[in-house]
Amino acid sequence: MLELLTDPTVITVSLGALMLGLTSGALGTFAVLRRQSLLGDAMSHAALPGVVIGYLVAGGRSLPFMLLGALTTGLAAALLSVALSRRRGVKSESALGVALGTGFALGVVLLSYVQRQPGAGSAGLEQFLFGQAAATLRSDLITIGVLGAAALLVVALLFRPLKLVIFDPHFARANGYRVQLYEAVSTGLLAIAIVVGLELVGVVLMSALVVAPAAAARQWTGSLTGMVWVAGGIGAGSALLGALLSAAVPGMATGPTVVLVASLVVAVSLLVAPRRGVPVDGA
Amino acid sequence: MVAAIQTVQALLDSPSFAILATGVLTGASAALLGTFLVVRGQAMLSDAISHGVVFGVAVTFLLTGNATGPLQLLGAAGAGLLTVALTEWLARSGKVKRDAATGLVFPALFAAGILLLGLFARDAHVDVHTVLLGEIGFVWLDRVQVFGLLVPRSLLVVFVAFVLNALYVALFYKELTAAAFDPVLAELQGLRPRMATGGLLALTSVTAVAALDAVGVVLFVAFAITPAVVGRLASQRLPVMLTVALIVAAAAALLGYPLAVVTDLSIGGCMALLTAAPLLVLMPLTGARRRRA
Amino acid sequence: MAGALVRPTLTTGGNLAAQTVGATVRYGKVSAIEDVSLEVPTGVMGAIVGPNGAGKSTLLKLLLGLQDDYDGHVYLLGEDVAQSRHRVAYVPQRSTVDWDFPADVLDVVLMGLYRGLGPLRRVGRAEKAQARAALEEVGMADFERRQIGQLSGGQQQRVFLARALVQQAELYLLDEPFAGVDAASEVALVRVLQRLNAEGVTVLAVHHDLNTLKKYFDWLALLNVRLVAQGPLASTLTAEALQAAYGGRLPSMAEVPPTEGLPRPSLGADATAGRN
Repeated sequence: MLELLTDPTVITVSLGALMLGLTSGALGTFAVLRRQSLLGDAMSHAALPGVVIGYLVAGGRSLPFMLLGALTTGLAAALLSVALSRRRGVKSESALGVALGTGFALGVVLLSYVQRQPGAGSAGLEQFLFGQAAATLRSDLITIGVLGAAALLVVALLFRPLKLVIFDPHFARANGYRVQLYEAVSTGLLAIAIVVGLELVGVVLMSALVVAPAAAARQWTGSLTGMVWVAGGIGAGSALLGALLSAAVPGMATGPTVVLVASLVVAVSLLVAPRRGVPVDGA
Repeated sequence: MVAAIQTVQALLDSPSFAILATGVLTGASAALLGTFLVVRGQAMLSDAISHGVVFGVAVTFLLTGNATGPLQLLGAAGAGLLTVALTEWLARSGKVKRDAATGLVFPALFAAGILLLGLFARDAHVDVHTVLLGEIGFVWLDRVQVFGLLVPRSLLVVFVAFVLNALYVALFYKELTAAAFDPVLAELQGLRPRMATGGLLALTSVTAVAALDAVGVVLFVAFAITPAVVGRLASQRLPVMLTVALIVAAAAALLGYPLAVVTDLSIGGCMALLTAAPLLVLMPLTGARRRRA
Repeated sequence: MAGALVRPTLTTGGNLAAQTVGATVRYGKVSAIEDVSLEVPTGVMGAIVGPNGAGKSTLLKLLLGLQDDYDGHVYLLGEDVAQSRHRVAYVPQRSTVDWDFPADVLDVVLMGLYRGLGPLRRVGRAEKAQARAALEEVGMADFERRQIGQLSGGQQQRVFLARALVQQAELYLLDEPFAGVDAASEVALVRVLQRLNAEGVTVLAVHHDLNTLKKYFDWLALLNVRLVAQGPLASTLTAEALQAAYGGRLPSMAEVPPTEGLPRPSLGADATAGRN
């Protein structure tokens, strides 16, 4: 048992899981409050082509490049979705579906291109479909850590404007806040929340790790600050537990395991938590 | 007569035909139902359902040891409806908003399904990779006997799905339309909107399972939604929208296969990607909703 | 604890609190408002009324600088909107907000102080005292820790007003502040607004209820895409002006206080006379 705990791979995986779970969970708070759960789903699927492109540009497996690519195509999908929904008759949910389907299709096509190439590159890429805990490299920790820290720093600095803009955009604008700017920042944070966990959870399920911790956290607390902290904690815990379980049991892909753990936390929170973080006082 | 049967069998034996036909029928089936989902503003339900059915596939496999067959389709329909029902229930509880409810339920079910398959069905025909991406290039390998003909199983399944969908839409067009635009009025007129919608969702689930072999769960969304959106950009009238969606889906499949062969890329991916090709023309043409004063 | 009563600091003695010159807002081919030259004097308790779709909210948004595409000019307190923002308080419609947001009553009122704090300063005791004083004024002091999702409509509206109070503005712009509000809350709201008005604050509200116009306001603008009439309430609220603003959709004439010389119409066939 002790050997397991001191095994370097286990330590690396655990650290990575903690960092990305914390980041995704905390950032997910804003996405959920802005009702961007489905946008997260679309951006996550649309990250696949970006991962492959990053791999091709870097000439090999390089997490920074791949995550940068994922960020780019994910945000492009968001922009496509916005542009489409501006057309007459196109609802925003329909536009999201188009972005999701098109993005993922492009990813599948690019993936097949790499598969035809000599070398084992595509195996490393396919891991981004469902995630692979054991594939976490020491160097990946730096990428995940830096990305996560930067995003959380932004949240800390812009906490009040973000809070105001999300709660009451009209009032915010009347008070001179540049609402569009902050909304763009918030969407950017969502993109980072998704991208940071792709290696562990994969594109298909990553959005759930962004949504579930926040949804669970909301059942326990009535303040935005509290929600961010609790969601971060639940995200970190789910990612850690899921990663370790998946590494220990053969046949359990990491992404689904992490998501299942997070979903169980949500289920328990929904059933057990006091009503919306407020003690029932009969008033 | 015998010559006719032989010609048909020759066609069915041809891998290219099998692939093309499966693709076209999958696309058309998905687009047929997806159009109504899009019109209802529930496009992402196709995503939720197609993921949720995997749970049904896993459970029925564990219970019956079979990965294919009518039982699977039933199990799929059940899982799809379960996904929608759970999402609805969660959203109505008020504890979680609707979009978050959707984004919670189907990933949980999908994850459970994938895990079950990964743990207990490693050697079965249904494997995780296929579930996600499909294997349309190999549909011609697995064949069944039908009326003395050897038919690729997947082709048969999507054919059945297409016929079911087409019949359903044809028979219940009024009900589906009314349910989409004004469910209250539909209820008052005795058009049974909830049943019509239930049928729509059940068939979507069945079609999603049928599509698993061909294009996998995610590309199903491309076929269900994108052609419908193209149709919406092209027209404001539902019948035209539906027709355009069907044409786009079929054309994407027909053109996607040769494209994939020539470029040596994923067949399913190319087919799905081509559904978005009309957007390159239509988006610039339609422009923004509001013009600046 | 009764904190310092929140008093606005009046800086200008200009005569127009809010002004638009030939303002027009169009969506495609349809005008939301057309050629509106609003002139709201300082120190009034003003109401903007009109039928549904008359552009009242659009006009208010224009005044607040929330409207991007428009023709014409807008001035608040004698300046461009961008310059005078900090002297104006906005109380939006409750429907624009997600009341499931994780925040308690005090949180929301404190948000009114954000713009003055900048990114680095913390929300401290002084700010909380200000917020509490504002809550005291609107009668919501006991609800400080209550989750906003648990409030009634009237309570929500009072919290919104408290949020505006902490901004110590000279001009208050309110969007249907009494819609869906219980009687007790309405009384509390009006009392606060009238107290502010008595101290020289200009109040301008989009108002939905013709019945309470005379009770609450002393200045009126009648809007139906175009500005039908504006001025002191008594002289502006005439049957003709109402007719022109509401067209054939006049609400029960029996309830509007008749001006001199106008016969009260009876219910029945006569009631439709005069409507086209």
